[in-house]
Amino acid sequence: MTLMVNGAPRELAPHSTVGALLGSLGIDPRLVVVEHNRLILRDRDLYATRALNDGDVVEIVHFVGGG
Amino acid sequence: MMGMSSRSFISSAVADMATTLEPTLDVSPLVVGGREFRSRLMVGTGKYASNADMVSAIEASGAEVVTVAVRRVDLNRGSEDGILHHLNPNQFFLLANTAGCYNAEDAIRYARLGQAAGFNEWVKLEVIGDTETLLPDTAGLLEATRVLAGEGFKVMAYTNDDLITALRLEDAGAVAVMPLASPIGSGLGMLNPYAIRTVKSRLHVPVIVDAGVGTASDACIVMEQGVDGILMNTGIAAASDPLRMATAMRLAVEGGRLAYLAGRMPRRETAVPSSPLTGMLG
Repeated sequence: MTLMVNGAPRELAPHSTVGALLGSLGIDPRLVVVEHNRLILRDRDLYATRALNDGDVVEIVHFVGGG
Repeated sequence: MMGMSSRSFISSAVADMATTLEPTLDVSPLVVGGREFRSRLMVGTGKYASNADMVSAIEASGAEVVTVAVRRVDLNRGSEDGILHHLNPNQFFLLANTAGCYNAEDAIRYARLGQAAGFNEWVKLEVIGDTETLLPDTAGLLEATRVLAGEGFKVMAYTNDDLITALRLEDAGAVAVMPLASPIGSGLGMLNPYAIRTVKSRLHVPVIVDAGVGTASDACIVMEQGVDGILMNTGIAAASDPLRMATAMRLAVEGGRLAYLAGRMPRRETAVPSSPLTGMLG
């Protein structure tokens, strides 16, 4: 299945979860915030069970330098 | 002393000096949104040549409130460029901003993302109206302030130096109003001290001047207007030596605050001698 992750298409195995996506990207879940189809996932414990579907839009953000 | 040795000297001297002067003479601490802050200087984390430069400058500034931006993780690089790899959130009060947002909806979305990072419910709210001047869209700013304050956010609203907008932001629930000294990143210093004083005199919430401070004298003059604090980024980050400038800014903010509290002498158009007129030789 194909998802839009941070504005770019990305192939993912069917039935993947948010946790699996972060794992495949090598991202520490504690350092990011994930938005799934415009819904902010505030509880990181749910990453492991939050299912992704074809066509979903995922944004993975973090804090960077800024004023 | 030259090079690195002078830097480390300044760094340790700053650590020794920090907070020895101000608490005794500036007896009322800065309180924003019910929280007390140890420094009236707040600093940004953008535009530093390196993360090491950023951290040393921020430590030298004495700032407690440190602003950060919310951005996409670069998936090609991983999360290593994230600020949390370099700044300890237990050491500083991280204040997420909504920089780069050009409407209320985007700013609200960014504020919620920043909150979800889990540090606090505060936001430095920016709704920008123009790419060239980065001046605020005050209508969008008011709308976003109302929504976020209603959700329980502590909104510190970056705005222009217009009194009416400042009053409306306070009414909308902002815990601090942040008028600009001059445009973001311009380093022009305070363009309208009258407007800044007017805003300060009429608001009940703290007034933190944000943007435009280019050097230590700018910071000092801003604080002499009686405002509650200053937020700056480029003034330190774009200096040739950010560590020295951060130290200068800390001292300037303290100096300006104390001068304000001390109450300056009246200006006169004529000279008045400082030495006695009597007792002169015959």
